Amino acid sequence: MDDAVTVRDLVVDRGARRVLPGLTCAVPAGRVTGLLGPSGSGKSTLLRAVVGVQRVRSGEVVVLGRPAGSPALRSRVGYVTQEPSVYADLTVRENLRYFAALYGRGAAAADAAIADVGLRDAAGQLVRDLSGGQRGRVSLASALVGEPELLVLDEPTVGLDPVLRAELWERFAALAAAGTTLIVSSHVMDEARRCDRLLLLREGELLSDSTPEQLRAESGTDDLEESFLHLIRTRQGVAA
Amino acid sequence: MTATLTAATGGRVLRQLRHDPRTLAMLTVLPGLLLGLLYLLWRDVPAPPGQQPVFDRVGLTMLGIFPFVVMFLVTSIAMLRERTSGTLERLLTTPLSRLDLLLGYGAAFGVAAGVQAVVTVTVATTLYDLDVAGSPGLVVLIAVVDAVLGVALGLLASAFARSEFQAVQFMPVVVLPQFFLCGLLVPREQMAGWLQAISDVLPLTYAVEALQEVGASETATATMWRDVAVVAGAALLALALAAATLRRRTS
Ligand SMILES: Nc1ncnc2c1ncn2[C@@H]1O[C@H](COP(=O)(O)OP(=O)(O)O)[C@@H](O)[C@H]1O
Ligand SMILES: [Mg+2]
Repeated sequence: MDDAVTVRDLVVDRGARRVLPGLTCAVPAGRVTGLLGPSGSGKSTLLRAVVGVQRVRSGEVVVLGRPAGSPALRSRVGYVTQEPSVYADLTVRENLRYFAALYGRGAAAADAAIADVGLRDAAGQLVRDLSGGQRGRVSLASALVGEPELLVLDEPTVGLDPVLRAELWERFAALAAAGTTLIVSSHVMDEARRCDRLLLLREGELLSDSTPEQLRAESGTDDLEESFLHLIRTRQGVAA
Repeated sequence: MTATLTAATGGRVLRQLRHDPRTLAMLTVLPGLLLGLLYLLWRDVPAPPGQQPVFDRVGLTMLGIFPFVVMFLVTSIAMLRERTSGTLERLLTTPLSRLDLLLGYGAAFGVAAGVQAVVTVTVATTLYDLDVAGSPGLVVLIAVVDAVLGVALGLLASAFARSEFQAVQFMPVVVLPQFFLCGLLVPREQMAGWLQAISDVLPLTYAVEALQEVGASETATATMWRDVAVVAGAALLALALAAATLRRRTS
């Protein structure tokens, strides 16, 4: 299977902290890969490196066959930041029209992206008047509108009600089935079961690169949260 | 650089302004009102013997200072908001180039400055009897070029500001020395040599000189066109520097 993203010996410092001390991992193409780990484990930092906005100390990040951040990648990679990054003083539709234009798409693509995230009724509303969850969906739609080959989503389901969250995961699966590669970060282990592949991060180190089934089998429990704890304990046992 | 992306960005910035009617109203009428205050201040003061009335000189110069100051402030705050809201980080991952982004800002606020200048010049020449020998259209042109200079320097300054407090304080740093040395407070030929040398390299000096040329001469002079070119060149230089200092990768 082809890898859409390969990361080799990636070292990233933020401030005085070494956030990623030498990470190596890969993301398969056409799948939903979950990047899971507790808050502060370096998920956002890794995603920023993949989209090419993170200053890195050393190592290599290759995205769709090119170095991360290459100009040629900018129309092929969509990025949704952890905090919704859209214009609060524009309407939903105006935001989408702008991001559509940046990807060379027209008004029809913008309207389709708004409908995709279930915001058709709020299209004329200013983003600052929306709820946090709605704002997050505007931010997501602003990346979907470019129909990228690789979608990098930083905790896109935070603050969403369970119904919407389930809908979004179905949407991610549908996108993957159509050939899109997705990297979705989350600190909620429960979401792990929705992914085709799992990267577990802890303090900048890759704890595990597996599938939900493998993880459950290894730890002998159905609860992925439990599996994660089990993994950490065995690792610590090995280190001690 | 892509013209369509620059235009899309300029349109987006203007749309943001449209959703903020109070800012729009202030941009349009405030300079005219402040100019009115200056008019009333000097209305009953006789002109110095053998010289033009003080308001004609000061008022005309202010037509260049207002757009510069206002656009500097508005742009540096707008760009800082872009940075803190995360939209800048997102834009840097899209096909939009850094120069497209900055030119979009320059175009949008240039349009806003054009509206502001038309209103202010009309008010000044009708209500306040500001005496301009040359064409009011040239005054508007100079005001717009001056505003774009303010935009460009505001974009550049915002790269060095980490907070709104810092951004606001760049205003006096960038604006006041140029204002002091532009020739309004003390004629340039009466300045100490080294001050005059500094004044020579400050772009606002040329904007003020261009306005004085329009004020004094019925037809556009070569000096005026040279001054306009200097201001426009300084604006482009500042935009290029702003693009160069805008880092795609941050820590
Ligand atoms: N701008 C920054 N400057 C310094 N340290 C940072 C910065 N951003 C994040 N960090 C630190 O980097 C570590 C990893 O952060 P992050 O990648 O955001 O983790 P996660 O997304 O998994 O919560 C944290 O310890 C955080 O404090
Ligand atoms: Mg994060």
